[in-house]
Amino acid sequence: MKKEIDPNKTVIHLSNVAKYYEMGENVVKAVDDISIDIQRGDFVAVMGPSGSGKSTAMNLVGSLDMPTKGHIFLDGEDISLLNESELAQVRGKNIGFIFQQFNLIPTLTVFENVVLPMTLQGVPQYEREEKAERILHRLDLWERRGHYPNQISGGQQQRVAIARALANDPEVILADEPTGNLDTKTGLKVMDFLTELNKEGRTIVFVTHSPELAKKYAHTIYWLKDGKIERVTKERKK
Amino acid sequence: MNYFILAYRNLKKKGIRSYLTLLGICIGILAVVSLITLSNGLKTAVSSQFGVSSTELITVEGAGNGFGPPGTGQVTPLTQRDLEEIEKLSSVKAAVGRVIVAGRLEFNNKAIFGYATNIPSGDDREILYQQIEAKTIVGRLLEDGDSGKVLLGYNFYVDKVGLDREVVPGNTVNIQGRDFEVVGIVEKKGSFIFDNIVFMNERDVESLYGPIEEWDFIAVLPRDKEEIDKTKEDIEKLLRRLRDVKVGEEDFTVSTPEASLKQVNSILNAITIFIVIVASISILVGAIGIINTMTTSVLERRKEIGIMKAIGATNHQIFMQFFIESGVLGLIGGAIGVIFGVILGISGISGINALLGAEVQPQISFYLIFFALLGSFLIGAFAGILPAMRAAKQNPVEALRG
Repeated sequence: MKKEIDPNKTVIHLSNVAKYYEMGENVVKAVDDISIDIQRGDFVAVMGPSGSGKSTAMNLVGSLDMPTKGHIFLDGEDISLLNESELAQVRGKNIGFIFQQFNLIPTLTVFENVVLPMTLQGVPQYEREEKAERILHRLDLWERRGHYPNQISGGQQQRVAIARALANDPEVILADEPTGNLDTKTGLKVMDFLTELNKEGRTIVFVTHSPELAKKYAHTIYWLKDGKIERVTKERKK
Repeated sequence: MNYFILAYRNLKKKGIRSYLTLLGICIGILAVVSLITLSNGLKTAVSSQFGVSSTELITVEGAGNGFGPPGTGQVTPLTQRDLEEIEKLSSVKAAVGRVIVAGRLEFNNKAIFGYATNIPSGDDREILYQQIEAKTIVGRLLEDGDSGKVLLGYNFYVDKVGLDREVVPGNTVNIQGRDFEVVGIVEKKGSFIFDNIVFMNERDVESLYGPIEEWDFIAVLPRDKEEIDKTKEDIEKLLRRLRDVKVGEEDFTVSTPEASLKQVNSILNAITIFIVIVASISILVGAIGIINTMTTSVLERRKEIGIMKAIGATNHQIFMQFFIESGVLGLIGGAIGVIFGVILGISGISGINALLGAEVQPQISFYLIFFALLGSFLIGAFAGILPAMRAAKQNPVEALRG
């Protein structure tokens, strides 16, 4: 099922990728020979029950994990060939992560958490502080800039995480169950904001186990089961 | 925001358990800083005990240095003949015989026991004054022809000898039953011996104690101070002949201030080496403590490492974060050690001052503090290398799982 990949249209391409884990004597095939094409500007949901390999697939898409087999292309470049530090740089520049657990650095303030990814990329201080200010205003978090993560609500923490994901202006935002730890109303707000970012042209990929959420927001849905792609569906959006 | 701020933030929330592991570094640095402060002070204090700032005076004493078989260490007093023969040596410019006598002094209806020493007459007087840098704070020095007059050490003037009243020039003190007029007070020497002594002309000493036939020691001024060691050898050769003793069995000691200082310094150096060993051990223990703390910290913060990696931290950046944090941890231990070390050093010097009646100013070396702090940072950072490497090598996915 080889096909031509157009790097102008495709941001991330997984080509026959597999990820195996050794568990004692057994080999667990978390992801088994999947190919995924993520188009520029798409809003993608990775769906599946727990244990279906959706988180592993997400980590592979986000270059957090290296595949046991196959190749991963980011902007047409084979990142399977990069070493870990180059990979980190690529990750920091091109991909923004949002996690179910928010995963903010507890010892840093809201403001510092947003500045951190830019610091890691070597953005000059003035520039990164100005940008963090702009992003925090946009997410309505400026008033909370001096607070530590444990001093704000879950919804606010997830907004800080989104702000952090936006810091380096990545073209792709990966969200692993972004609403999993939030109440329905707050969760929908987060999803609405991701939609807004998508409309600006950013590519959004999110993992969920809720078909309703996937169908409501995603344009493309990958249905995973037992480490394989069961089907891919396109949702019509107005 | 840099590594130091990150380190500061992380260390701020560390529990007391982590800080207890700093005790080793803390004690090590404390020992080093207080020791160096103290031994510098001690060297100054000891030098000032010689009472002479001049390093050109040779002291001859009528006793062996005690290294011979038992019984041979007894005092064989120096005779007038010894003095005269020494003076005749071509490498000797002058030799002054000195005695120190014990006696009873009365003043203000109080009596104390103390020591008096002779001041020779003529040129020898000038040489002696010069060599001990005798200057008066009030009154005048003794002169040839003064009879029934004394010059007193500084402590008489400030009522530190137990007379309950300051003695000033013009007062009369009674020594061994005879009245003496005080003509002057010698400037403070910072030496217990010199500040408590009574100086009197040789004739007055003889009038109280009988004719001086033996000297307690002879102060020798070499003709050429560059040749002080040769002069010393000449005197030793001469005395061996006069007293008919073999090399190694001397019943006298010829010492230069330099040699005495060397001896003191070698004792101080031995103490220094001992404390440095103790300090090294405690710093080693401290370093192991830091390795332990940082290893625990890496395990506790696996998730944080995962997050950092997810948002683009390279292995090098993770390494640096833990490396610097470990260094700062060492620095904190070192800083506490420096503070207490300086306090201990200064109180130690006050103790020496009180004990020896010296007045040594504690000198805080900023180089010492700088290098102590730098050293403790480096020790911490060095101890953090392995844990930091471990942190850097974490697999991001596994680390994120916590």
